[in-house]
Amino acid sequence: MAKRIDVSGLTAYYSAHKAIEDISMTVEPRSVTAFIGPSGCGKSTFLRTLNRMHEVTPGGRVEGKVLLDDEDLYGQGIDPVSVRREVGMVFQRPNPFPTMSIFDNVAAGLRLNGSYKKAELADVVEKSLKGANLWNEVKDRLNKPGSGLSGGQQQRLCIARAIAVQPKVLLMDEPCSALDPISTLAIEDLIGELKERFTIVIVTHNMQQAARVSDRTAFFNLAAVGQPGKLIEIDDTERIFSNPSVQATEDYISGRFG
Amino acid sequence: MSHAAIADKPASTLRGASLPKWSPYAIAAGSLAVAVGIGLAAGLDSKVQWGLIAAILFLLGTFGIAARVEGRRQAKDRIATSLVWVSFLLAVVPLVSLVWVTVARGVKVLDVYFLTHSMGVVADTEPGGGIYAAILGSLEQVGLATVIAAPIGVLTAVYLVEYGRGNLSRAITFFVDVMTGIPSIVAGLFILSLMLMLDMEPFGFAGSMALAILMMPVVVRSTEEMLKLVPNELREASLALGIPKWRTILKVVLPTSIGGITTGIMLAIARIAGETAPVLLLVWGNPFINANPFEGAQASLPLYIYQQYANSAGSGAAYDRAWAASLTLIAFVMILNLVARGIARWKAPKTGR
Amino acid sequence: MESTQITDTPPPTPQPVSAEQKRAARGATRPGDRIFLGLSRGSGIFLLVIMAAIAVFLTYRASLAISKDDANFLTTFEWNTGLVPPKFGIAVLAFGTVVSSIVAMVIAVPIAVAIALFLTHYAPRKLSGPISYVIDLLAAVPSIVYGLWGALILVPHMNGLFGWLDTYLGWTGIFSWQGGAPRSMLTVGILLAIMILPIVTNVSREVFRQAPQMIEEAALALGATRWEVIRMAVLPFGRSGVISASMLGLGRALGETMAVATVLSPTFDIQSSLLDPGGGTFAQNIASKFGEATEFGRDALIASGLVLFVITLLVNGAARMIIARRKEYSGANA
Repeated sequence: MAKRIDVSGLTAYYSAHKAIEDISMTVEPRSVTAFIGPSGCGKSTFLRTLNRMHEVTPGGRVEGKVLLDDEDLYGQGIDPVSVRREVGMVFQRPNPFPTMSIFDNVAAGLRLNGSYKKAELADVVEKSLKGANLWNEVKDRLNKPGSGLSGGQQQRLCIARAIAVQPKVLLMDEPCSALDPISTLAIEDLIGELKERFTIVIVTHNMQQAARVSDRTAFFNLAAVGQPGKLIEIDDTERIFSNPSVQATEDYISGRFG
Repeated sequence: MSHAAIADKPASTLRGASLPKWSPYAIAAGSLAVAVGIGLAAGLDSKVQWGLIAAILFLLGTFGIAARVEGRRQAKDRIATSLVWVSFLLAVVPLVSLVWVTVARGVKVLDVYFLTHSMGVVADTEPGGGIYAAILGSLEQVGLATVIAAPIGVLTAVYLVEYGRGNLSRAITFFVDVMTGIPSIVAGLFILSLMLMLDMEPFGFAGSMALAILMMPVVVRSTEEMLKLVPNELREASLALGIPKWRTILKVVLPTSIGGITTGIMLAIARIAGETAPVLLLVWGNPFINANPFEGAQASLPLYIYQQYANSAGSGAAYDRAWAASLTLIAFVMILNLVARGIARWKAPKTGR
Repeated sequence: MESTQITDTPPPTPQPVSAEQKRAARGATRPGDRIFLGLSRGSGIFLLVIMAAIAVFLTYRASLAISKDDANFLTTFEWNTGLVPPKFGIAVLAFGTVVSSIVAMVIAVPIAVAIALFLTHYAPRKLSGPISYVIDLLAAVPSIVYGLWGALILVPHMNGLFGWLDTYLGWTGIFSWQGGAPRSMLTVGILLAIMILPIVTNVSREVFRQAPQMIEEAALALGATRWEVIRMAVLPFGRSGVISASMLGLGRALGETMAVATVLSPTFDIQSSLLDPGGGTFAQNIASKFGEATEFGRDALIASGLVLFVITLLVNGAARMIIARRKEYSGANA
């Protein structure tokens, strides 16, 4: 049920400050698209416009279109709450609900809709935890608080929580930046498995990671501090890292700035 | 129900049926109209009741309509939003009324004559008289209280922040917190028990002592907060230059935070300036001018308000004076507050955070 | 950055400086340091002495009165210090104090929590700043002004509500009304609620503001409505804070004197209905009876004040303890 995302002419603001300007791109379903670029280039902001989380920030507003299989997320009568249900998100720092158990964390999104039987719920929780490669580690302590897990486990718990509600798209905002290398590897493997079912967009600072996990890569840059970030180019990952068409991309990838 | 039906059709999963943006206003207007209707029909004379009925109708209406059109989850969200707004408006009503009434009734007799004359032999039920003695008494009592409480409070805070380790500082911290909660009348009773033992008559300074007890913990707390904002690097820089600690505190730490400390003291003054209970027990009140806070009963502004209300058997003239004195007191307290906050903003330490 | 540079720059003789620093940190070698430390520690100790003195002197004077009390101080329903032998007890006052405070809490806490949520999660940002400011100012309005407003404005407005309560809820007994002036415990409770609203709101607001943003975003990203975000990510963090805020408010309500003294028409018995005038509170009773009291009568009032003191100590101490534990739990005091 993965869906395609078509962005056209998207500009996002923080109050009067323009954070990103005129971005257009297509994200293919059942693939991993990585966003790379220097700090402050607006890649995280852009990611947050894809599930209408940007407008949660005070002063945040958006112009342009984001089509999710031909339906504009910013169109008239669209409910942002339903959008976020379709487009799940995993954050930079693992953020399980600290007052809930592991089980309740995964079930949280389902419970919002209320209409689940106990057995059904347990089934979905198990499937989601298995989907996040976490089941074997936590199956004996589902009733313990989620905050007792290690950082990497917490992040996979958050992924399980996000996929439990069956989103069409999964957004990941630097999901490994707070994790150690082994946990990072586990998450990267997981991303490879998840792309069979979801459209995945991942923001990362780590270019090796982008090269390892993604099918397509988008490079963002900004002209100067205080200027809005722009999409420089998007292409197959292989091409971006071997033979990019824009000089700035090559400079960034070869470590000449950023 | 409608929600589930929508969720089945993949084409419109993003498009939950929703009420138009103007609907809360429409429901509000509708419930207000119905409430006025009910109020008129049932002959309820109090506008407050009309308002309450309107509020209840608004809540029920919002929930009912939203549940039908948007589904239960959205309805819950909407009712939470409405409840929050209604609570806010509900709380605003008495507060606006308080300010409005005080100003409207207070200005009736508030003039230069009122501020510069005292009650003297004017009977409580007669018009005339003023609050000069009360203002004088209040200023003296509050001033003396500040002279006692401010240095002790600031020094205690310095001890807690700059020296405080171990059990003593933990005990002081705890009891300062507890002391903030002492009812003002208990502070008054404490001084009263001393006076009973020393066989003393009421006088202004007795009130000052009780007010100082109420003021000290407030000063300690606010000063503590301010001292904690002073970055440690500043202290270390000074100490590393070989400047002794006490001079470091006096020359570096306190000047850096002086704006915040002043603000805290002024807010504390504003708080005790309105205290009535201890003054009632210890200073008694006096229709004549007594400029000596160390001997004989004195007048006091908050006490004046109470006595004009309580001793006048419903005389309109006395009530007018009570409102005018209230307006004066509120103005004094508010000006202190505004100035204090102004200083805080102006002198805010640049923490760079 | 700058200051670290300063610490780095002056090392012509680094050894003595650090020794100096150590001695200075101990703060007891130079006369100036010794005097200053003595003064500041002395002030702190002075505060402790005052607290102890309050307890000791009130207890002493109270014991003078209670030892001559011919009736049980805790359970007696009358206050006749002039009788020979005197009979007085605090049963009515304890009841009235508790009832008026409970009424105040029941009304104020939900509204305060709602306003705090309004300010942190609902109000447009441009609005929430000024409103917080106004609430701060309202906390500064002297209680006697609330009292005057309550007696002259609120009381007349209560007639309608009382009639309505009597008609529809009179059968409960709690809300029956014989038609006296509405200077009753309910009116007192409502006035107290208005008075403690600012402090409960302010403390709750701070607590809600500190709820971690990333947990709220987690809930949002799952497709939670605003209310669901608050339930999942804000209220669980705020619970202990709201409890302590309420207890701080309760402490205020318990000890409030003038607002009760102006509004309540006191009697020395217990009314079963919240609407009928009568009853009394510790603080109100002290203020009203003090004028005519003899020295013995004053000692008796001090005895009742001691009880109030102990109750507020317990309530405030508990509130502080909850706050302290919460700080440790969240590691916010680092």
